[in-house]
Amino acid sequence: MADSTKRSSGLGDWIFHNLTRLFALLTLLILLAILGSLVYGALPSIHKFGFSFLWRSEWNPPMDDFGALVHIYGTLVTSLIALVIAVPVSFGIALFLTELSPLWLRRPLGMAIELLAGIPSIVFGMWGLLVFVPFFGQYIQPFLSNTLGHVPLLGRLFQGAPIGIGLLSAGIILSIMIIPFIAAVMRDVFEVTPEILKESAYAVGATTWEVVWSVVLPFTRVGVIGGIMLGLGRALGETMAVTFVIGNSDQLDTSSLYAAGNSIASALANEFTEATSPMYTSALIELGLILFLITFVVLVFSKLLLMRLARQEGKGT
Amino acid sequence: MDLRLQRKLTNIFALSLSLAAVAFGLFWLFWLLEGVFRLGVAGLSLNLFTEMTPPPGSEGGLLNAIVGSLIQVGLATLIGTPFGVLAGVYLAEYGGHTWFGKTTLFINDILLSAPSIVVGLFVYSLYVARVRHFSALAGIFALALLVIPVVIRTTENMLVLVPDSLREAVFALGTPKWKVITKVTLRASLAGIVTGVLLAVARVAGETAPLLFTALSNQFWTLDLNRPMATLPVTIFKFAMSPYADWQRMAWAGVLLITVGVLALNILARVLFREKHKH
Repeated sequence: MADSTKRSSGLGDWIFHNLTRLFALLTLLILLAILGSLVYGALPSIHKFGFSFLWRSEWNPPMDDFGALVHIYGTLVTSLIALVIAVPVSFGIALFLTELSPLWLRRPLGMAIELLAGIPSIVFGMWGLLVFVPFFGQYIQPFLSNTLGHVPLLGRLFQGAPIGIGLLSAGIILSIMIIPFIAAVMRDVFEVTPEILKESAYAVGATTWEVVWSVVLPFTRVGVIGGIMLGLGRALGETMAVTFVIGNSDQLDTSSLYAAGNSIASALANEFTEATSPMYTSALIELGLILFLITFVVLVFSKLLLMRLARQEGKGT
Repeated sequence: MDLRLQRKLTNIFALSLSLAAVAFGLFWLFWLLEGVFRLGVAGLSLNLFTEMTPPPGSEGGLLNAIVGSLIQVGLATLIGTPFGVLAGVYLAEYGGHTWFGKTTLFINDILLSAPSIVVGLFVYSLYVARVRHFSALAGIFALALLVIPVVIRTTENMLVLVPDSLREAVFALGTPKWKVITKVTLRASLAGIVTGVLLAVARVAGETAPLLFTALSNQFWTLDLNRPMATLPVTIFKFAMSPYADWQRMAWAGVLLITVGVLALNILARVLFREKHKH
């Protein structure tokens, strides 16, 4: 009797163990399947255009002639604009939350940031197109043209008709969307700095800024970069918010950030269901593959950096 | 300049910038919410909840889109939750320290942040292109794939928090491991896992990109999972980009509904989690 209960419980354990293992395995397979299906779908386009797909700017559906340069450019430029704005702002917010804020304010402020992170991208998109863009085109763009527009070299980025939509608006909307992600990671990594390091610095008379800049930041550097990478990963693949405001133009003939453009994700959102020829569909899937590979590398990099900080912290204490 | 004064001024300058950064962040949050509420409330009417999406220029509502969203998000959660919980159990209780477990956890974190439009592309090539028609079922698969990583992450996190002494106490009674997990550790972390599921629902409820070429949209009422089905986000996208004032007004009302729903889920998740961990 005792023997049989033992055996049946052993069987139950075996089943449960392998059932859970199966689902863990399936998670791994999802990633491989995504990669595999994208490569498979992109094959016709890869065969036809080869590597030149990456740097050719033709995007001509009626002629079945495709190159991804405009979309890659749009994706990278909007994400870069987003980082330029979001990184210093997130740093400031994390600094405030960890060093300056009175205790009673920390929780509501942290919550407000997390709420911003939870707002769906379609909300940002519609608000961006119908509220932000008109305001931006009417007031901010003329202002930028009249000030930064006169600076040599840099001024080239701020030329052209202030129509509101375009790469710059898309980048700004993206920056608002990724600030919560970067700020939350920065806050978390700042908090792992050992108190004793900070207290030592304060004890020898360092100011708050000096403590953050010379103690906290060097200690958490890898984690901070990891957080920035996480934000970049989000920005690269963000679809709806960008699709609304980027202007969806497949032409690229100016260096101005006011120009309408297209990102990989927004091209997919706009054109995929309208793709009439198999080659068109295949070219779009190859765009998706490129996007997936770029974000994959960025996110792996981000994760590895954050893991390194976690290990370093484990050793330090 | 006096070095001391200079250091002091630098400090004050930097800290003011930090304050400005917080103000900058809050400014956008309030501007966004102000716009959504002002324009959304103006678009609200009872018809939204009783009538179907109209052709341009006529009166109508969002009923089929709201119901479509509820069905697809609901079923995706039903599929994704057990999947995620089981995989999370494996990672926390069995293989978390093995090479396989570590890789899975790592890959799961990548999936968590992967572009959702790529998931839509995946379901399209794997399913929609095979059966040759868009369907609500394809949309449900795509959303379930987005639910899974969130649930795995929180399940794993919550189970790891359960103290080993609790497990040992139950093992000491001669309980088999699968019963220890299902009857004790999973129950102990129930609130945390429910929080994770709520956050996952909040995330997919607003997702548009993965539905564009899976569930597509549908102007008419349907409960047939094998046909294209409207969802709130895709309908908002279609209406917001249109030049018709009626459609745009309805899109604003839809945006308000989604924003309020998602924020409420987020807050509920947090409150639930905090209640549990106060004791």
